[in-house]
Amino acid sequence: MATGLMHRLKRPTKMLDDFLVRASLAGLGVALAAAPLGCFVVWRRMAYFGDATAHAAILGVAMSLALSTSIFVGALVIALLMALTVNALSGRGYAMDTLLGVFAHSALAFGLVAVSFLSGVRIDLMAYLFGDILAVSRGDLAIIWTGALLVVALIGWRWQALLTSTLNTDLAYASGIDPKREQLVLTLSLAIVVAVAIKVVGVLLIAALLIIPAAAARPLSRTPEGMAVGAAVIGGLSALLGLRAAFVFDTPAGPSIVCVATLLFALSGIFGIVKRAT
Amino acid sequence: MSLVSCEGLGIRLGGKTVLDRVNFTIDRGEIVTVVGPNGSGKTSLLRAIIGAVVPDTGRVQKDPALKIGYVPQKLHIDANLPMTVARFLSLPGAVGKKAVADALAQAGVPDLASRQMSALSGGQFQRVLLARALLEKPDLLLLDEATQGLDQPGSAAFYRQIEEVRQALGCAVLMISHELHVVMSASDRVICLNGHVCCEGTPDIVASAPEYRALFGTGTMGALALYRHDHDHHHHHHDDGQGHDHGHGTDAPSEKANEDA
Repeated sequence: MATGLMHRLKRPTKMLDDFLVRASLAGLGVALAAAPLGCFVVWRRMAYFGDATAHAAILGVAMSLALSTSIFVGALVIALLMALTVNALSGRGYAMDTLLGVFAHSALAFGLVAVSFLSGVRIDLMAYLFGDILAVSRGDLAIIWTGALLVVALIGWRWQALLTSTLNTDLAYASGIDPKREQLVLTLSLAIVVAVAIKVVGVLLIAALLIIPAAAARPLSRTPEGMAVGAAVIGGLSALLGLRAAFVFDTPAGPSIVCVATLLFALSGIFGIVKRAT
Repeated sequence: MSLVSCEGLGIRLGGKTVLDRVNFTIDRGEIVTVVGPNGSGKTSLLRAIIGAVVPDTGRVQKDPALKIGYVPQKLHIDANLPMTVARFLSLPGAVGKKAVADALAQAGVPDLASRQMSALSGGQFQRVLLARALLEKPDLLLLDEATQGLDQPGSAAFYRQIEEVRQALGCAVLMISHELHVVMSASDRVICLNGHVCCEGTPDIVASAPEYRALFGTGTMGALALYRHDHDHHHHHHDDGQGHDHGHGTDAPSEKANEDA
């Protein structure tokens, strides 16, 4: 976001097409993965959990920069560790939201402090906090789509079991499903989505991309599958329209995407109220 | 072999012994009812059978091919989760339209397939839960106070439905209930549970057992005891004064002793 669109527009036209296409593809990839996962985040009331995992990723980013490894790997590892730690600690004397409050903000704080130690490296911290979708490279795109397809495949594979466990854990046990294992599937998916979404919307807005499209799809859906597909469409639309808006108004791309998603949420909410009233 | 057999089952939850050395079996086609006061470990026994809790002592042996149809005490579906009845019935195994229609008809609610789960009445909801359990083609149907929240005629109708279903499918039924009179008449065997198995046998035997009377036959207890137990156990039907000597009493210590047992 530090490098705004107008700045980039001064480049040759062919180049412009290319980075906008890459940005669009990156946005669509993240929207696709975030849709089914976001539905579960909404159904299982894991919104804060998503936030905490995403915030922890900044620590992973700092570590990757210090160790000169891929930020995808760093963010993935730390996000996963964070999610597993919270999972393991929950139900051991602290309320879940207290634990998440502690972990989410402390991970962010430690991450920011850790980044400040990297004085030798010039880091554009804003790019990791708010994303830098316009700087997505071909390599990034490959990683984003690999991650996205992995998450969609994982959730698709476990869909029935995940839904059953989400409805009621005892119902799942009675059918021979282990809800704890299904929870791990979601935890792993969450870490992957966080890792691939950092470039697109940054750690502060990842949870928004999970929750808002899913919530916007809710009034339009009659089945869980319908809601997941709706969330993917709304998320994809938000990404494309958000990029377009960023282009027209020269606004930061990641936040613009979230703003569009929120507008769509408002529209669908109004539709839902009208539908119920008639 | 039995469908399920528990040997020396012991479960502790939060440092409290919920079940202690419970032996339990259920055979093919049997209807068994578990009765007991609140906190007597009824639900824990059921959860041990489905594998939701790992027993601290003893073990649960299940027929390897056992299929369980489980009707939970209550099921809260998050308002954010859109779910039609037909879709709900396809969890966890996908089933066809015909199977959905058949199961709903069998559960006594034939026309609900396209309704949202959130739009169902309490009685309809419980029947849909039953329909879902039936779709698993169970050898064992587990009902955890399945008529909670239904009125008297509603729960009586629900249990008649269970009877019909059992006759049609030949499955065993294990139910937990506080509605003793409705349930007991339909049961082959009744187990009176209060942390341990107090007594066990045919409905007649259990109803006249001193241990059962100790738990349920409160007679002319104080108003508080009556109130505290009445909503669970319909004491007023036993209002014949025979229960006091074994009763859990109106005094706090013995009341507590029973709850903790």
